[in-house]
Amino acid sequence: MLNKNTLMTIVFVLVAVALPVIIKAPYQQHILILVIIWATIGTAWNLLSGYAGQVSFGHAAFFGVGAYSAGLLTLHYGLSPWWGLALGPVMAMLIALPIGAIAFRLRGPYFALATLALGEIFRLMFLNATGFTNGAKGILIMPAITSKIVYYYIGLGMLAATLLVTYLIVHSKIGYYLVSIREDQDAATSLGIPTTFYKNLALLPSALFTGLAGAFYMNYVTFIDPDIVFNLTDISIMVILVVMLGGVATTWGPTIGAALYIIMGELFRTTLGPANVLVFGILVCLIIMFLPNGIAGELDVIKRITQRKKAGLSGGV
Amino acid sequence: MGILEARGITKRFGGLTAVNDLSFKVDKGEIFGIIGPNGSGKTTVFNMISRFFPITAGEIYFNDKRIDALPAHEICKIGIGRTFQVVKPLRRMTVQENVMAGAFLRTSNINKARNKAAEIIKFCNLDGYRSRVAKGLPIPLRKRLEIARALATEPELLLLDETCAGLNPKESEAAIDLIRRIRDTGVTIIIIEHIMKVMMGISDRILAINFGKEIAMGKPQEVANHPEVIKAYLGEAYA
Repeated sequence: MLNKNTLMTIVFVLVAVALPVIIKAPYQQHILILVIIWATIGTAWNLLSGYAGQVSFGHAAFFGVGAYSAGLLTLHYGLSPWWGLALGPVMAMLIALPIGAIAFRLRGPYFALATLALGEIFRLMFLNATGFTNGAKGILIMPAITSKIVYYYIGLGMLAATLLVTYLIVHSKIGYYLVSIREDQDAATSLGIPTTFYKNLALLPSALFTGLAGAFYMNYVTFIDPDIVFNLTDISIMVILVVMLGGVATTWGPTIGAALYIIMGELFRTTLGPANVLVFGILVCLIIMFLPNGIAGELDVIKRITQRKKAGLSGGV
Repeated sequence: MGILEARGITKRFGGLTAVNDLSFKVDKGEIFGIIGPNGSGKTTVFNMISRFFPITAGEIYFNDKRIDALPAHEICKIGIGRTFQVVKPLRRMTVQENVMAGAFLRTSNINKARNKAAEIIKFCNLDGYRSRVAKGLPIPLRKRLEIARALATEPELLLLDETCAGLNPKESEAAIDLIRRIRDTGVTIIIIEHIMKVMMGISDRILAINFGKEIAMGKPQEVANHPEVIKAYLGEAYA
């Protein structure tokens, strides 16, 4: 059976697979890979914060731990950083357990603040444990593969796995329970839902895929330091904005948001310098004001507006 | 046969004793009413049974098993459903999804949950609103949704907290009819209500409390004529 959604997905996959064949310039391929990394983090964040409603301001902790898992393997044990793709997600889940145990005692804004603090704790730990992590000097590795196209397809596989697992979770009993917890935790409890258990069921995959993205980032970019991969604004908060732009609690929202964020950043970086994020910030403000459910969440509204323009009508909604 | 028994339950919030050494027994299949003036501790009793609060002292038994130390989500699993006085719909979910969230307690299969939900929605006369988002429903329907969601968890005992408050006479008649039909399916009901007319007509037995203590207990007519009850509601002069 082919409904509209499966058709869209098939088109999406075909385009994604064909893209690096069509776009050959390494710079443009680089941008596509960055989009994939951000789409993965966004999709992972969306599971915990979008669907289950537990807004995390500390996803940099999982991203950084994933990246450092790959980097430290090479630095200390001389192993290929590709092993990080296996170790990174595991480590991210391991640190997610105590983070969940602490933060899930709190609700709403207090949960968000706790994750923010925990994320910062990890940055400071990795910055100061210089003997183990190299501190602010960071870790530089020599990549075994230099062809962008290889990274692109590995990354695409990572994103596809993240999207698939998230989709399966959301469209199962667990998904219904997560959304119930988001909508009203007391009502959820009264329906026999063990809320902390299910929040952990959202947190663990979320940490896993964010850690995977971190390990992949280390392999691809080949240099990390704590201020890059544990960064509060550039990772933890940016992922929130990216998903808000694309559409919170939607399947494709994080991917759309990631594409817009990266592409706009590149477009405006040459003209505006560091102020390029300003454009992104303004766009996020506009989205919040006019499309509060993000681009993927307000497709109907967007369709209505464009159709009205075509018909030449004017006036308010 | 008793389905629920409370023995000397007490709840203190700091210096305030909301429920004080209260004991009662609910029989299987009956509609058991709890009345009392504002702040007398009715909802606190519900919160104690459903374990939303830890109890300060006393014991609660359900089907002869002690339940006052279970975690809140287990209470529903063993067969006690509840509604909230201030309704708590899962706001951005549809009526069907709300009820499905309840049905998932007894099954992990989406189709089974959907069928169960459809059945309950029909039973509660919410058929026309299945795909409506819960936050957009008017109050009477939200109250009914609250009952539907609790029913989907297949409770043996249902705690209804002011399901008729804020409804006009016609709406509350529909609610009473629904409550009767639920009882007829074999579910025991404890109901809290302010509207005496509702309570008199529907309850098999009524417990009246004030300041967290029992003041009267028995058949609706006996309780309504009990001097302590009249005093609590109307004041000393009428007792």
